[in-house]
Amino acid sequence: MKNLFKLFSILIIIITSNSYSLAAEKVEYLKTDWSFKGLLGKFDRASLQRGYQVYTEVCASCHSMKYLSYRNLAEKGGPEFSEAQVKAIAASFEVTDGPNSDGEMFTRPGKLSDKFVMPYDNVKAAQAANGGAYPPDMSVLVKARGGGVDYIYSLLQGYEQAPVDVSLDDGVYYNKYMYGKKIRMAAPLSDGLIEYGDGTNATVEQMSKDVTTFLMWSAEPHLEARHRMGFKAIIYLIILTTLVYFSMKKIWSRVKSEV
Amino acid sequence: MSDHDYRPKSKVGQWFNDRLPLLTLANHLTDYPTPKNLNYWWTFGGILTFCLITQIVTGLTLAMHYIAHADMAFESVEHIMRDVNYGWLIRYIHANGASMFFLAVYIHIFRSLFYGSYKSPREIIWILGIIIYLLMMAAAFMGYVLPWGQMSFWGATVITNLFSAIPLVGEGIVTWLWGGYSVDNPTLTRFFTLHYLIPFLILGLVVLHIWALHVPGNNNPVGIDIKKPSKDTVPFHPYIVIKDGFALLMFMIVFAFFVFYAPNILGHADNYIEANPMVTPAHIVPEWYLLPFYAILRSVPDKLLGVVAMLSAILILAVLPWLDTSKIRSAVFRPLYKQFYWILVADVLILGYVGAMPAEGLYLLIARVATAYYFLHFLVILPILGFKEKTLPVPLSITEPVLGGSPNLASARNKESKIE
Repeated sequence: MKNLFKLFSILIIIITSNSYSLAAEKVEYLKTDWSFKGLLGKFDRASLQRGYQVYTEVCASCHSMKYLSYRNLAEKGGPEFSEAQVKAIAASFEVTDGPNSDGEMFTRPGKLSDKFVMPYDNVKAAQAANGGAYPPDMSVLVKARGGGVDYIYSLLQGYEQAPVDVSLDDGVYYNKYMYGKKIRMAAPLSDGLIEYGDGTNATVEQMSKDVTTFLMWSAEPHLEARHRMGFKAIIYLIILTTLVYFSMKKIWSRVKSEV
Repeated sequence: MSDHDYRPKSKVGQWFNDRLPLLTLANHLTDYPTPKNLNYWWTFGGILTFCLITQIVTGLTLAMHYIAHADMAFESVEHIMRDVNYGWLIRYIHANGASMFFLAVYIHIFRSLFYGSYKSPREIIWILGIIIYLLMMAAAFMGYVLPWGQMSFWGATVITNLFSAIPLVGEGIVTWLWGGYSVDNPTLTRFFTLHYLIPFLILGLVVLHIWALHVPGNNNPVGIDIKKPSKDTVPFHPYIVIKDGFALLMFMIVFAFFVFYAPNILGHADNYIEANPMVTPAHIVPEWYLLPFYAILRSVPDKLLGVVAMLSAILILAVLPWLDTSKIRSAVFRPLYKQFYWILVADVLILGYVGAMPAEGLYLLIARVATAYYFLHFLVILPILGFKEKTLPVPLSITEPVLGGSPNLASARNKESKIE
């Protein structure tokens, strides 16, 4: 039995280390304490709300978040704004709707059920406005990058003066965490760029952490429910396994053999 | 088989059973005499049945919400993750379930290799198993294409392009497979159809696999033929049922850990980027369970020969019962084979590792050596070993070593428990 455990764990280590090694370029990312890691990890609600503020005031001018709806902002396990707040947020956006009975498209204030309004009508428009580079949709961004939250968190703080031997084209910036170290996005954050509603000091580090937390939620809106259920499921399985183990011992005691 | 004499107790049961002997079947399954010395490596058959059923049930549920269209597939997966009740749970079970399925099937296959379960009279069980394994790979590959992420798209492009290596008709076959001139919507819809079909083919083959197993009965760690039923066997129910159940629960704890706490660790981050035919990912890698064969494919410089090598690596297993010339089944009594067995295990793990690495420099060299050794093991070492190896004395019955018969047998028993 002990050997079985050993082999099992070796196999799992091999598998997981294999998938880690897929990220070929090894860079040491900046680390911070993420409240949502761990067996019962939860989002820091205030950080999520600040993160939304960073997203909407800074990122949203170029990056869409097309899989999210305004209603999500009020849902459990998310930023949990009050419904009135979210209605106000949604109403502050102009949404194109229609066609109406005259066959005309019209604009109206956003509703809870609307998807996040996109900064550009389509990919081509986004590229045209950004020198050919497409600002990726942010809905699942942290899951779409090898380093996950640590990568995004580091990238936002990774802007540096380019070393002398690196030449940069117009509209290209140096970022030590970016793949190839060259990025088409100018440093989006600077100290005091926004004024947090809750009075938190808006340093680059603080804003990076908040917006990355928000992006983690947007990619995994049911993370808290998943952790809660997982904890219960595994405890349940361990208890059941123990009971079945002793039943098995009892049953097998009738024959001369080992289990 | 004693169950031919089985008669249900109730009148209704008798009436029914005379017309459709389902109760006889049920009686056969519960009474099925099983060697009592089976260790935990034998529990993976039950675990695999659980995996298959889990994949079918979660897959059916996902198919109710998934949209097989190049423009909507990615979005529909996000819809499942966000808005379908417990959609995230079902999808993560299905995605990680594939990995768990392969983890279990590899243990199952290597158990068979260690204890010689593929040898006479169990060749048909083994070949059915290899066909199931091939279908599993096809199903897993096509399933990975369905979310229509970057790795889906480019993985599909790479794998389907393998067929272009076939002389003369290759290009035509690839176009036919794609349903067009590149991987596109027609490819996605047919992959979805086949991904839906294959699990039911597997289910049918699993029935045959178990049927074929129930003719000679289970092999066992000692690898000898046993009388059934006898002192060496226990009825399947409750002995094996509870033991398989216990092992299954242990397996489910590992499974649950992945689903709830590391649901994306076995997948590739690029698959959360929607498929884009204009952008090729830096490294195109298959899922972990296909990596050893991917390494073999890339280790051959010629495209056609690479494909042939990769297919042979799997198909060679089908003729294994005839390549292994040893009369002794269990590696417990084959001191030399046992060492070569572990070298093979290491070889396959190394192939898996280099399969994930770029095919260049040292990695390529290692891949080539490991590929050569893989074939050497099956084509040269195994046939010769059967004639040359001096095997240990084999006990006459299971009860003997268990009850601590002769000193010779006791030592064999000790060796066996070390492997457990």
